[in-house]
Amino acid sequence: MTDKIFLLYLDSFQSSAFKRFVEVGRVVFINYGEDAGKLAVIVDIIDHNRALIDGPTTGVARHSHAFRRLTLTDLVIKGFPRGSRSSIVRKYFEKEEILEKWNQSAWAKKLDNRRKKAALTDFDRFKLLKLKKQRRRVVQVELASLKKNKK
Amino acid sequence: MGRLHEYQVIGRKLPSEKDPVPSLYRMRLFAPNEVVAKSRFWYFLTKLRKIKKAAGEIVSINEIFEKRPLRIKNYGIFLRYDSRSGTHNMYKEYRELTRYGFASSDLIYRCILINWIRVFLEIKKQKRRNQDMAARHRARFSSIQIIRVAELKTPQVKRPYIRQLIDSKLKFPLPHRVVRGGGKKSTFLAKRPSTFY
Repeated sequence: MTDKIFLLYLDSFQSSAFKRFVEVGRVVFINYGEDAGKLAVIVDIIDHNRALIDGPTTGVARHSHAFRRLTLTDLVIKGFPRGSRSSIVRKYFEKEEILEKWNQSAWAKKLDNRRKKAALTDFDRFKLLKLKKQRRRVVQVELASLKKNKK
Repeated sequence: MGRLHEYQVIGRKLPSEKDPVPSLYRMRLFAPNEVVAKSRFWYFLTKLRKIKKAAGEIVSINEIFEKRPLRIKNYGIFLRYDSRSGTHNMYKEYRELTRYGFASSDLIYRCILINWIRVFLEIKKQKRRNQDMAARHRARFSSIQIIRVAELKTPQVKRPYIRQLIDSKLKFPLPHRVVRGGGKKSTFLAKRPSTFY
């Protein structure tokens, strides 16, 4: 009886607001610690708080990582064998082109832009200001002409 | 109490004319360091045999490392601890990478060991005293004795909280997300954080 209720409970997750699950093969983004900013895959689940993760192509050694120190991504490697070795993790990671898919995502682009912005020098920021002004000018001139024609 | 390690300690009584080759005693212990491990060795040995530290010696002490620290295992732990009202035996299970993993960090040690004990005590004493019970009890290293830690095969796992994790297709959502970004955090933010997944 309780099992049935539990299954129903799980079903409600599948159809409800939750889109990302902790599961074997789920690609995760590490947001804390020395591997912060790297991608990895859940190889096995230890308990409710931690999983064994591995990222041979991204430089993440296989280790136990707490869920509160990582973020689940939308990417999942389908048919990923549970508890597989690093060489197999690498194979699946490359076959599924996880890195390419990740780099195309809006999330990765946002992070990349943030990184670029942080690396700008004072002169770069000045150039950016100038370019933004130019862009604004084009838009405003066009807008003004449109308004005039309307009248 | 920091991280615990597992030690193998071998000791014996000092050789005498009466007993030129005293028998050796070996113990597997969990302790934060070698000094504590040796101390625990004598503590337990004096309870079991008529040998004391003054008339004995430690023959060897070495740390036992996990053979496969990257494989997830289920463990059963047998504890004995002194509460404020008496001594209790307890059996708990945990799923970890190492035998000493239950104490791999301060946090986990506290959460697992002490919370178990708190919860346990709470249930026990609820009838007598509802409030301010758990808050007063602090289980310390000296009041906990780890009797045995056994690696379990899947069918041997008894506790439902570990049993539910043994599923090759285990899948669950994380209901709440708090991003712990590195570096400094600002007190004020323009946007309120999203805590959904």
